[in-house]
Amino acid sequence: MNMTDTIKHHLTPEILMAYSAGTLPEAFGLIVATHVSMCDTCRSDLDSYDAVGGVVMEDAKLANVSDDAFAATMKLISSGDSTPLTPRRSSGTLPSPLQDYVGGDLDQIKWKPLGMGVKQAILPTSKAATARLLYIPAGAAVPDHGHNGTEMTLVLQGAFVDEDDRFARGDVEVANEDLEHTPIADVGEDCICLAVTDAPLKFNAFLPRLAQRFLRI
Amino acid sequence: MSNTTKDWTAQIYAIRDKQDQAAFAELFAHFAPRVKGFLMKSGADASLAEECTQEVMATLWRKARMFDPSRASASTWIYTIARNRKIDALRKQRRPEPEDLPWGPEAEPEQADAIGLKQETEQLAVAIKELPEKQRSLIEQAYYGDLSHSEIAEITGLPLGTIKSRIRLALERLRHAMK
Ligand SMILES: [Zn+2]
Ligand SMILES: [Zn+2]
Repeated sequence: MNMTDTIKHHLTPEILMAYSAGTLPEAFGLIVATHVSMCDTCRSDLDSYDAVGGVVMEDAKLANVSDDAFAATMKLISSGDSTPLTPRRSSGTLPSPLQDYVGGDLDQIKWKPLGMGVKQAILPTSKAATARLLYIPAGAAVPDHGHNGTEMTLVLQGAFVDEDDRFARGDVEVANEDLEHTPIADVGEDCICLAVTDAPLKFNAFLPRLAQRFLRI
Repeated sequence: MSNTTKDWTAQIYAIRDKQDQAAFAELFAHFAPRVKGFLMKSGADASLAEECTQEVMATLWRKARMFDPSRASASTWIYTIARNRKIDALRKQRRPEPEDLPWGPEAEPEQADAIGLKQETEQLAVAIKELPEKQRSLIEQAYYGDLSHSEIAEITGLPLGTIKSRIRLALERLRHAMK
């Protein structure tokens, strides 16, 4: 899955640190795990944040473990599952963490039309944030919109361009309240993205409020 | 050698290669009270923390084959196991994890890489200890889950920026001293 050389837009330090600390809502955890599967730069930064966590744990105030803790742990070990672990690697378009949520690769995604050829599939995560796959036909646009919170978009296939820059496979765009944009897919190939939001998007023209609530955009 | 920088690779390999209970007991004596302390600071009560600590240590045993000293020190690796258990137990949500690297755990890691990483981890521990008290406690709070994301955003310039540049400085100094 590695394709580091071509990735120009990475995860932010705060999101990597929060992933390392284990405090992110599930949907953001999913986009981090997916991007890190594709990007050596962010994997190495994440390793550094995990090392900081290791130091914090080393320096934690010691807690007394119970007298029989060691024996109880040995019992857990002997009663536990001993199936050998095999490395997780995806050979498809979607990295493994995403395949776990889709139940397979691209052909298993259950798309729902949003109009103008744009389709989405919402993935099952905890309610604190929403993860969705977006399908934008080559040359088509996602309706112009602003953001109430944070929106992170990871390109999985094709590329899109907006007011900010061009984003291709592996690139992440982080948008917040300050950015209003109209992402347009490159003409060459249909664009598929993973988009994660912690608040509903603000569409300027296309969708009435009711439809927005119904479609969970 | 301080505890922070002790190298536990031999003990983990002894578990991997000969299911060595004495080596496991050494790791247990050092890490179990730290894992439990970390989990309690993260919001687990004493009995949940005890239960999770035993599971974390059992996972260490089962996953000994996956330990790669050229990628993570023992404390970093055990931290990630404890962090994962914390998400399962306290946050009760799924925990997406990145794919494994292509070279995987089977190949024997390069000795030089393992030594380089060990030095880096030592430098990191020193750099964190030397941070001003307020910054250090912010980092701790971030890992115990006591900070909001916007608060984390304010401090993340720190660990990678400050700490990495400090590591680089310390390594430079080291190289000069060895000339
Ligand atoms: Zn990256
Ligand atoms: Zn947007």
